[in-house]
Amino acid sequence: MAQKAIVGEKVGMTQVWTQDRRVVPVTVLRVEPLRIVQVKTKESDGYNALQVTYGQKDEKKLNKAAAGHFAKHGVAPGRRLVELRLDSVDGFEVGQEIGVDKLAAGEIVDVTAVSRGKGFAGGMKRHNFRGQGAAHGNHKHHRAPGSIGQRSFPGRVFRGMRMAGHLGHEQVTILNLEVVQADSERNLLLVKGAVPGPNGGVVIVRDAVKGGK
Amino acid sequence: MKATDIVDQQHLRTDLPKLRPGDEVKVHVRIKEGDKERVQVFQGDIIAIEGSGISESYTVRKNSYGVGVERTFPMHTPSVEKVEVLRHGQVRRAKLGYLRDRAGKAAKIREKREV
Repeated sequence: MAQKAIVGEKVGMTQVWTQDRRVVPVTVLRVEPLRIVQVKTKESDGYNALQVTYGQKDEKKLNKAAAGHFAKHGVAPGRRLVELRLDSVDGFEVGQEIGVDKLAAGEIVDVTAVSRGKGFAGGMKRHNFRGQGAAHGNHKHHRAPGSIGQRSFPGRVFRGMRMAGHLGHEQVTILNLEVVQADSERNLLLVKGAVPGPNGGVVIVRDAVKGGK
Repeated sequence: MKATDIVDQQHLRTDLPKLRPGDEVKVHVRIKEGDKERVQVFQGDIIAIEGSGISESYTVRKNSYGVGVERTFPMHTPSVEKVEVLRHGQVRRAKLGYLRDRAGKAAKIREKREV
């Protein structure tokens, strides 16, 4: 799993220039200081994780369950509760703050977020099917998937056949992105390349599981 | 103001003159050869300005020994040491692609008269 992890919100994409004057496309993430609400351990919960929150939320707007949870652990309520799975939670305690400075420029990270929902999408958009020809008498079958099976044997469509359906709004992890800058002054994290999901979406950043090779 | 502007601000150059399509400019480009660095000048007319903010760019066209040469520079690249505006041109459109089909005197841009 991960040695370290933080959570932030996607701000948008832009570009920066490096020292050797090359342009790098970056995604800007806002990582507000995280407050640990609960430390989950293998013994107590069956897995190791940190439950964290960030930002502020009016106490009056919390439901009873959330208010009780924050009150029980003595942590100021935040906008969201997010769990960060870790290999080991040794040295973490409730109320402790985690900032962007956990990560440094040059580190290789994995980024997890929920992708943009595309609704009900056809085979061409969803599975990169080729569609069918525009000419040669084709009529109203330009984006159709084509054949989905054989004949009276097997007489059925195999399970898992790729067809039209819901696309997007699923958890997507992008492996091995490079941290370009971790700005603890302005609580910003710059990651090279694109990150799934819309601006404002919640993004979990953790060190690369595959070692960044 | 966009949310990413706070990141862009430190990369934006403030030392550049205002560039417009039709301007004749000298672009001083830093060129790296091995471990040495020198400055090369690219002189020509701006035939297009595209984009905005940090990703804004301009295209300079010049005639080099009868061959048209175009180079597109990012507006805020640190590779450009400085940009000199030699003269402002009188042009009626933002993109001067029509210059590519012209040669000699027809490819000249009239100088803008200040009123």
